[in-house]
Amino acid sequence: MNAILEMRGITKTFPGVKALDDVNITVKAGEIHALVGENGAGKSTLMKVLSGVYPHGSYSGSIIYEGSERRFKGIADSEALGIIIIHQELALVPLLSVAENIFLGNEQARYGVIDWSAAFARTKQLLKVVGLNESPETLVTNLGVGKQQLVEIAKALSKKVKLLILDEPTASLNEKDSDALLNLLLQFKAQGISSILISHKLNEISKVADAITVLRDGGTVETLDCRAETVSEDRIIRGMVGRTMEDRYPKRDPKIGETILQVENWSAYHPIHTHVQMVKNVNLNIRRGEIVGIAGLMGAGRTEFAMSLFGRSYGQNISGRVMLHGQEIDVSTVEKAVSNRIAYATEDRKTYGLVLAEDIRKNITLANLDGVSKRLIIDDIRELAVANDYRTKMRIRSPSVFQEAVNLSGGNQQKVVLSKWLFSDPEILILDEPTRGIDVGAKYEIYTIINKLADAGKGVLMISSEMPELLGMCDRIYVMNEGSLIAELDIAEASQEKIMHAIVKSGRR
Amino acid sequence: MDTRTADELHVSQAKTSWMDFIKTHFRDYGMLLSLLVIMLFFQVVTNGTLLRPLNLTNLVLQNSYIVIMALGMLLVIVAGHIDLSVGSVVGFVGGLAAMMMVRWGFDPVTTTIACLIVGGLIGAAQGYWVAYFKVPSFIVTLAGMLVFKGLTLALLGGMSVGPFPVVFQRLSSGFIPDALGGQGFNYTALFLGIASVAAIIYFSFRSRANQLKHAVEAAPFGLFLFKNGLLAVLMIAFCYLMATYRGLPNVLVIMAVLIALYAFVTNRTTIGRRVYALGGNEKAAKLSGIKTERLTFLTFVNMGVLAGLAGLIFAARLNTATPKAGLGFELDVIAAVFIGGASATGGVGKVTGAVIGAFVMGVMNNGMSILGVGIDYQQVIKGLVLLAAVSLDVYNRKK
Repeated sequence: MNAILEMRGITKTFPGVKALDDVNITVKAGEIHALVGENGAGKSTLMKVLSGVYPHGSYSGSIIYEGSERRFKGIADSEALGIIIIHQELALVPLLSVAENIFLGNEQARYGVIDWSAAFARTKQLLKVVGLNESPETLVTNLGVGKQQLVEIAKALSKKVKLLILDEPTASLNEKDSDALLNLLLQFKAQGISSILISHKLNEISKVADAITVLRDGGTVETLDCRAETVSEDRIIRGMVGRTMEDRYPKRDPKIGETILQVENWSAYHPIHTHVQMVKNVNLNIRRGEIVGIAGLMGAGRTEFAMSLFGRSYGQNISGRVMLHGQEIDVSTVEKAVSNRIAYATEDRKTYGLVLAEDIRKNITLANLDGVSKRLIIDDIRELAVANDYRTKMRIRSPSVFQEAVNLSGGNQQKVVLSKWLFSDPEILILDEPTRGIDVGAKYEIYTIINKLADAGKGVLMISSEMPELLGMCDRIYVMNEGSLIAELDIAEASQEKIMHAIVKSGRR
Repeated sequence: MDTRTADELHVSQAKTSWMDFIKTHFRDYGMLLSLLVIMLFFQVVTNGTLLRPLNLTNLVLQNSYIVIMALGMLLVIVAGHIDLSVGSVVGFVGGLAAMMMVRWGFDPVTTTIACLIVGGLIGAAQGYWVAYFKVPSFIVTLAGMLVFKGLTLALLGGMSVGPFPVVFQRLSSGFIPDALGGQGFNYTALFLGIASVAAIIYFSFRSRANQLKHAVEAAPFGLFLFKNGLLAVLMIAFCYLMATYRGLPNVLVIMAVLIALYAFVTNRTTIGRRVYALGGNEKAAKLSGIKTERLTFLTFVNMGVLAGLAGLIFAARLNTATPKAGLGFELDVIAAVFIGGASATGGVGKVTGAVIGAFVMGVMNNGMSILGVGIDYQQVIKGLVLLAAVSLDVYNRKK
């Protein structure tokens, strides 16, 4: 088989950092080539070199595509040759229609006048190929993330793609949508389209990839051929982290005490569509030293529940009672929730968790400034000591606490968010997707931190879409679907099948 | 604390050369340096007129109200908003003061207090819509700009009202009396200058000692000495020049106290920190328990009070209130804050930057007027300087 793409000896330096160091990758025509590595390993940088975001001359090494050396000056150059990249953060315009988005920058036009009937007809064809049953006139904002992802792919197809690059395409998709997407990749492969798939979800990779290139710290570690033999997830992880993961979840002996938090009949309605009930009569409790999980599909109402509980940060018309140690408490504002020792670490670190332009130190103390100040005046030496203390304890990797949050990797950002909430000294910690977008090695560290918190007698409520993670970490799991808690499973009896079964059963009713 | 990291920091600190430090802190030093270069330029081309004691005094008096409003505008802009109404508020509050004292017979003290309260209420009225109704501040304050421009006209009946009682005029035209009884040389001015320099040097040495003790990256010692030495020489030279004329204007003292106060509030207090967090990421700030609405509201109230104070100072300076007072001030104030390095998207900006920005504009106004550059080309040049300063800033941040 011929190679469609060869990248040889790619080295790319940023001021002070060598992001890529002599990276080699060969993608054969018509294969699905997975690119894996921890966050910060250089995957995205490599793809930016390939697509021309970093133009020729800003890196060393050569790119050989379809048999000849290419020197891309910008994305337009690489797209013209059929190299299309779909970024993790989707690049769609929410208030334009599907058809408008698909042909954005590539309008079906003659003399600058758009031929709408041709555009709609083409769009319908493309949507059929990707298996999306929507009208071309639908606004993108009205589609779910999974469908938006398909629109992006349709857009790529409209440009006569030969090499499709997908950066974490399934990161925010539920299992069903992920499967559909992976099947689509297999279809494309049958049609001779090659793809590069960047993903943290190793099970998906072992399902579809023909070859796997592992990057670590900006260099190529190895390329594994999946056609010759099956490559196990553990094998991939070993390449990524440079060591074997004995166990993906650290061991812990739960010491569960009395009930700390009790929520009764909690309900909340959608902030705009006031008649839509997003959280329906939720009853749950959390005990001292216990890690309680909430499982469910994307959109089950878990985040909505947690945020409405935490200072009414989501929804309206919220009702229900919250009891801390049997006493009803007021959680109507974030400030009151925090002073009642509840903390909520968001699933969306960049939007809701961090002030990205501020340094680590300022982010850590933000939720408890009173803890480092006297009569409204910040004691900056004490603040620095607190920040350094958390930086060491949580093993936040950065030159100092004066590093801006925006320059940290996902795992380290999450550690900053956790530090912030730990410094507010909570009894109950609600962790919403605590390991989303975090690489394997950092995940383990986050798990260890969570275990320590439980061992220190705190109650942890963990929301996660990754079922193995919940099964590996929790003592008890609630299952949520369409805003209601539909099952409560002790860890001894819980399994992925039982959780899915509960969801399917409740959906049928 | 982790001693290993402390050691690492010491190592990296030892390596910090002058050039590296200046490069990374370009913004902080670059601003001050460009102000000095601009001053030097005008000093040369005006044959030394710029730094004559009389002109220096004028420079302070002419720019005091812009500087004072820049302090409030900095907070508004850092919080992620803008206030276009301040020019009209200056006119309105000046007019109100004139009517109260000249027509309605109130004494200057009552008038001053009432006018500051009215300024605060105007800020509150606008801040209410911005903070609690989420109407974009651009729209709310554009409306406020029109409303108060109109109200000024209505209040003054389209006429100029004045003159004011002597006590009130002193706010702008008065000087700190020389308690030390100098003849033709104001010893108090020089003494106050030396005292402030001593205080500044004491505090920067203390903070540097603290930084070093806790392994924080600090400026190289040579640069630190140079910076403080330069500041000391400039301040004492400035006070000496002022002393040879009539001493320190009252306004200068008010301005200096306010600058120090706002620098402290933004750097060292929880409320200052929260404003930066609010502007940097409102959602994250809110989910960290910060009352973002109330904080936004308060930044506008603060802006209103400062605009009121500026209105009083401006009226006192002209010794009359005119319907056109304050016209276009908002542009100078906003330009000063942006030249000073604030970010239009919020979360970034410094008090010292805004003050330097205001003086960059002020020195250019003054210098070009002395040179006889017409008001037409003055505006063209100021516009280009604003564009150049912010472009340079954007370029630097990209790197």
